[in-house]
Amino acid sequence: MRYRSVEVETSAMRFDLRIIASWITPGARVLGLGCGEGELLYHLKKYKGVTCTGIDQNEEMIAVCIQKGLTVLQGDINEEVLDYPEDAFDYVVLSQTLQQIYDPSGLIASMLRVGKKVVVSFPNFSHWRVRAQVLLTGHAPVTPELPYQWHDTPNIRVITLKDFRRYGRQVGFEILKEADIHLDAGGVEGKVIRFWPELFAKHGIFLIGKPVAPE
Amino acid sequence: MSEYIEHDSTGVSVGMVEKQTFTFAEPPDALELESGASMGPITVAYETYGSLNASGTNAILICHALTGDSHVAGYYSEADTKPGWWDNMVGPGKGIDTDRHFVICSNILGSCMGTTGPCYINPETLEPYGLDFPVVTIGDMVKTQRALLDYLGIRRLLSVIGGSVGGMQALEWAMRYPEMVESVIPLATTTKHSALAIAFNEVARQAIMADPHWAGGNYYGGETPKLGLALARMIGHITYLSDESMRQKFGRNLQDKTDFSFNFDADFQVESYLRYQGAKFVERFDANSFLYITKAADYFDLEKQYGDGSAVKAFSRAESRFMVISFTSDWLYPTYQSRSMVQAMKKSGLDVSFCEIEAEWGHDAFLLPSTRLTTLIRSFLERIFDEI
Repeated sequence: MRYRSVEVETSAMRFDLRIIASWITPGARVLGLGCGEGELLYHLKKYKGVTCTGIDQNEEMIAVCIQKGLTVLQGDINEEVLDYPEDAFDYVVLSQTLQQIYDPSGLIASMLRVGKKVVVSFPNFSHWRVRAQVLLTGHAPVTPELPYQWHDTPNIRVITLKDFRRYGRQVGFEILKEADIHLDAGGVEGKVIRFWPELFAKHGIFLIGKPVAPE
Repeated sequence: MSEYIEHDSTGVSVGMVEKQTFTFAEPPDALELESGASMGPITVAYETYGSLNASGTNAILICHALTGDSHVAGYYSEADTKPGWWDNMVGPGKGIDTDRHFVICSNILGSCMGTTGPCYINPETLEPYGLDFPVVTIGDMVKTQRALLDYLGIRRLLSVIGGSVGGMQALEWAMRYPEMVESVIPLATTTKHSALAIAFNEVARQAIMADPHWAGGNYYGGETPKLGLALARMIGHITYLSDESMRQKFGRNLQDKTDFSFNFDADFQVESYLRYQGAKFVERFDANSFLYITKAADYFDLEKQYGDGSAVKAFSRAESRFMVISFTSDWLYPTYQSRSMVQAMKKSGLDVSFCEIEAEWGHDAFLLPSTRLTTLIRSFLERIFDEI
């Protein structure tokens, strides 16, 4: 007998999450940090047989995830990730949250410790509209992707595609895949930006691997 | 736990239920206790609701807290004014759905609500046990529940669910019989009492033992230690509430008066409330049972017993999926204790979910009607049933 009080519609999963889902191998173990309502994890569990755990700070989000039948923990992602042993997961996903992290270096290092591979996505701060706003209006940029004023924004980190790639070279992690994308309003549809993504992509999605120890 | 038992506001109920009994451990097959002593025969009072499916995969064991009993839900008769203690959670279409699940709850060993305890007759002396009753542990309570399940023909449990001391039993189930337990929902509980929790229990026990009517536990048939037991209950009750809930419920309001009486009557509402709770409690509970069960809770130390002091090692023997739930204002078993058990479960590779529910009602929050708690339990049980 099968029953479920909440049947979840996933056909309309966000474009960026669909890209992430396409990178994750069936049956993998996945940890989703800042998993929100568990849209990605539910999809992965249902369609790819993935064993997943989500972590989110918000009680309401945790309840939504549990209603979807997911394994989730309420807590601070920076702290919760520390409890897992090395390589406990095949993938650790941090979707659209890096720009809100106080200690991104520490968190990325933790993710690379507990996961064999890591997926990170964030809004690209060098998109032409962002650049144009600063240049032409003299105000800190406010865009659909980054819709807050400087004083009330949770987005405390300014990251561009180039910066993230350079950070990878500095820290030594390997970028295995990169998708620079445009998301339509609502986020369901979008497209991959191949021409001058630094200027035209609204978001970057990176699949990264562990730092290779120098020979 | 306190008593909040009210008719379910939805009017939905599992209906008429019956307390049943089962007796086992007849000598020479007495039950060996953790203390090394053995005892028998043991009678277990229990209730069941719903029906077991053909494959036997829908059984849920509910473990009650310190002063609870087997009467989780429903009514004993038409004239009954109050349903069982968790009627808001257990019944048709509720969080623990008796249309889908076979629900079992038994009174714990050492209690006074039908299962063998210090107030019942010792077959060797034909007198009430009193302090001849051996000191029992949470593990002994669980062994007794296991005997009941064997008798009922239940081999696997979809879930073991309990709050407070009931949560300790649920955790003990996952340690002692890992192969039988698909999932565990420990609510507002801990893997071991803090010094604070032991301290409150000790003060409550001292209150009972300081009552001259306690008479070394040998008071049956005469005057009972009502004052001591009422005081013990008042102490316990404070730990079940919270600063915020007491402020909201009582504040500094006076009881039936407009000014202080300048004597030692109950001036404040909170005084009057505690006195009432104490007086009501002695009508239904046995003082010796209170001593035995609080001691069992104090002794409970899952890490010591199953992990040589390591919670990670202890949980590595578990095979169940867990959903741990704490409440923000619970200062008897604060959230940090649930978090540390969750941390150990994570480290030992268990499938664990954790939610801290925002609630102002203190430790007792797990008993109160809560849409959030109902939804979490219902959804988690659906998931586990789907996955087995």
